[in-house]
Amino acid sequence: MIELEPVIGLEIHVQLATKTKMFCGCEPVFGENPNTRTCPVCLGLPGALPVINERAVDFGLRLGLALGCELANRSIFHRKNYFYADLPKGYQISQFDEPLCSGGFLDGVRIHRVHLEEDAAKLVHSSSSGRIQGADSSVVDFNRGGTPLAEIVTEPDITSAAQAREWLSLLRTTVKSLGISDVSMEEGSLRCDANISLRPVGETTLGTKTELKNMNSFRFVEKGIEAEIERQRELIQSGGTVVQETLHFDPRSGSLTALRSKEEAHDYRYFPEPDLLPVAVGPEMIKAAQDSLPELPAARASRYEEEFGLASELAQRLAFNGDLGDLFEATAAICGAGSDARLVATWVNGEVSSRVDEGSDQTVEPEALAELLGLLEDDKITTAAARGILDTLIEHGGSPADLVESQGLGKVGGGDELSAAVDAAIASDPEAAAKVAAGEQKALGPLVGLVMKATQGRADGGEVRALIFSKLADS
Amino acid sequence: MSTDSTKLSVTETVAAVASGLLSKAELHAAWLDRAGLDDLNALSWVSDSPELVHGDGPLGGVPLGVKDLFCTEGVPSQSGSKILEGYLPPYTATVVEALAQAGAPLIAKTHQDEFAMGSSNENCAFGPVLNPWDRGRVPGGSSGGSAAAVAAGLVPWALGTDTGGSIRQPAALCGVVGLKPTYGSVSRYGMIAFASSLDQAGPITRTVADAGLLYSQMTGKDPRDATSVEHPDSVEPVVPMDLTGVRLGVPEELTGEGVEPGVREAFEATLDLARSLGATVAPCPLPHAPHALSAYYLIAPAECSSNLARLDGVRFGLRVDPDEGLDGMYGATRAAGFGPEVRRRIMLGTYALSSGYYDAYYGRAQRVRTLISQDFDSAFEDFDAIVTPTSPSVAFELGSKTADPLSMYLSDFCTVPMSLAGIPAISIPNGLSDGLPVGFQIAGPAFSENRILGIAAALEDGLKFDGSPAWIA
Ligand SMILES: [Zn+2]
Repeated sequence: MIELEPVIGLEIHVQLATKTKMFCGCEPVFGENPNTRTCPVCLGLPGALPVINERAVDFGLRLGLALGCELANRSIFHRKNYFYADLPKGYQISQFDEPLCSGGFLDGVRIHRVHLEEDAAKLVHSSSSGRIQGADSSVVDFNRGGTPLAEIVTEPDITSAAQAREWLSLLRTTVKSLGISDVSMEEGSLRCDANISLRPVGETTLGTKTELKNMNSFRFVEKGIEAEIERQRELIQSGGTVVQETLHFDPRSGSLTALRSKEEAHDYRYFPEPDLLPVAVGPEMIKAAQDSLPELPAARASRYEEEFGLASELAQRLAFNGDLGDLFEATAAICGAGSDARLVATWVNGEVSSRVDEGSDQTVEPEALAELLGLLEDDKITTAAARGILDTLIEHGGSPADLVESQGLGKVGGGDELSAAVDAAIASDPEAAAKVAAGEQKALGPLVGLVMKATQGRADGGEVRALIFSKLADS
Repeated sequence: MSTDSTKLSVTETVAAVASGLLSKAELHAAWLDRAGLDDLNALSWVSDSPELVHGDGPLGGVPLGVKDLFCTEGVPSQSGSKILEGYLPPYTATVVEALAQAGAPLIAKTHQDEFAMGSSNENCAFGPVLNPWDRGRVPGGSSGGSAAAVAAGLVPWALGTDTGGSIRQPAALCGVVGLKPTYGSVSRYGMIAFASSLDQAGPITRTVADAGLLYSQMTGKDPRDATSVEHPDSVEPVVPMDLTGVRLGVPEELTGEGVEPGVREAFEATLDLARSLGATVAPCPLPHAPHALSAYYLIAPAECSSNLARLDGVRFGLRVDPDEGLDGMYGATRAAGFGPEVRRRIMLGTYALSSGYYDAYYGRAQRVRTLISQDFDSAFEDFDAIVTPTSPSVAFELGSKTADPLSMYLSDFCTVPMSLAGIPAISIPNGLSDGLPVGFQIAGPAFSENRILGIAAALEDGLKFDGSPAWIA
């Protein structure tokens, strides 16, 4: 059977956190009463005209610089014409063949272009699925309509669902560090579509691609792409052919459904927006954007290597996921120079990241994490206990020292409690004890397990083993 | 002072108000009476306010007629279309607001061709406007209501808009003055768009001085219109220019074939007048001008096909919902709401922008437009102004061209090139042909309004055109 490799390109929409919308003076606010943030311009009333939000252009330039793009000193807005209820003018003002930024690079993935456009309004359908199919009626909320968007299009350089997720996470970190967007997938200020195709390994031409929409979390991006790769793989290997179509990923069922082809059959009749002049980007605008650039993730990773002595892979993992990087830095700062930043890094990258969804508010506070790792470093608790405390901290918050105290999670060691637990274990499994006494190392496991169970994991494994040996040798 | 005050030009009226000879209240009452005489279907709405709402400022409280397509808060703004019948905008167009602040309050709105598409006003969903010189004839279009209202003395002055001749051609056919300013010198914010890269608001008045006065208060950069610019010159009160040594260019391409004999005769007579006042008159080539109409009928429909997409029945205006989903509502609403000429141009424009045809049609038309602009640029190296007849014919009979869109389109033959180039042009009445007014067009380089108004005023003095036969008694 031919071995197939996925080829994935992403199209990412980022809502820019400007004070006003892309082409009018309305303030774009999430969660307001419907249709309270509108004006003749963003409602597309007759006679209203757009005016370019210069701040959005500035944000676009920052993004372009951060992604290593070439900035156009002259770019053009076009009208993308199609009819839909969420599009009040019957066209979207977007950029077409002369975008603001083109040709960039971020961690192994080439950026095709970055352009500016306006967001559509929000449709709410009265159907059980929330989708237009089968809805009795639909209403439109124009609050979101006209919000500035930067669309980032990558080249098809991504080769797996996991890479797509990781790269998207790096992009989010990059955008967040620029301070130009909330980049929340949940609230829709970061949206990702994927173009996916498969081809035989070694082949250079691209296979037929499908477009996957509506993946509104990092997990769903990975799951959705994974599902589509599998679907295409099975299809091709069973002799079928992939049809170019747009697919909707349902995160609840994990299923992929094709949007009706009618919805895709658009000829957008692009032409230059006659109500706007070309965007002229002068050297002073570029300089201002350059001056505003913060430390970007790659630079941050190098700093982690130098400043904290982290291995490069670990440094990158933290720096490329800004939430983790922020937590790491804050925690390490609290722990102070006397402690081992590598322990913090390992914990943030391993224990914390496996428990916290990216972008989620439910996480651990750096103060609490620092305290927890301090207890661990001072040998007051075991690693197993620390893991349990971390679960509690993420779920309920609180102070690690108090938790150790109130729940009796302090490390059991040296004293009578551990000695009694070892005695009890030997007594309850004399067969194993005899084997250990006879030098059969493998029999040690059940005994250690009994001790750990009795002490709820608060004992140190090495100490328990040593104690068992010494007791059996004495007897 | 009696209602005879309405016989004064606006410039004279403003002086009378300033010197206390005339009160603003008298003025307003007199013009409400005049507006009530409309038997031409020129007015689509007349103020019922017995008093002026605005009135301070340099325009002396002289009320203004405004073309239907300007959005006016709480006042029907229908752009001559059934799809916007009774539409009350929540805001007022920048220029209407500015003129009210300057002392020219809105008194009436005027009928027009639907979405400004037409040269006869017969494309108005609310019935054709009649020409006050001959009620069996058209007033021209698309600002036919404004031109007829000014000619008939229903309003002292009016706003029109010009996309390919829609101020100048009806001004010519009704025997009044119409100025299409430089593109960008007047805000388009609040004008219901036809073709964004061509639309421009301008005055329709009885005298050249009045046109200059109104324009002086209209021009300026509007932060809400990205294509608007500050006029580099201040627009001065109009004084007739000394034409000694002024070089007038006559493009053969726009004055030859197709121009009616009576129009040609009046044109030649006006050239003689200009010479007698010291001007030099010489042929001036505009080699690409004959292609202007073809380019225009690709660019304007392309832009209108997109501009009119917002008329979709979702948020305002007519909605016809046969309960066949969203597409069904769009189709039914637009089929019921748009007249045949609008539908024709939407289809033309949609086709011209379609993928695969864009370069051949829209792209090519834009290249022709550039060539036409370059023609004018080089012409203005040798000439101070270019003069042509405004319209190749006088007002034609109602219904005579409705079956033949192409012959209708030819009405704009002499005015479209200036629109494509974005340059200012003015039409003044320069005589009668068989008892119907003829128009004379004067075009200058961008932002030369002071110059062309000065030339127009000099000729106006010599022509002594009498518009009184159109006045409704
Ligand atoms: Zn708005």
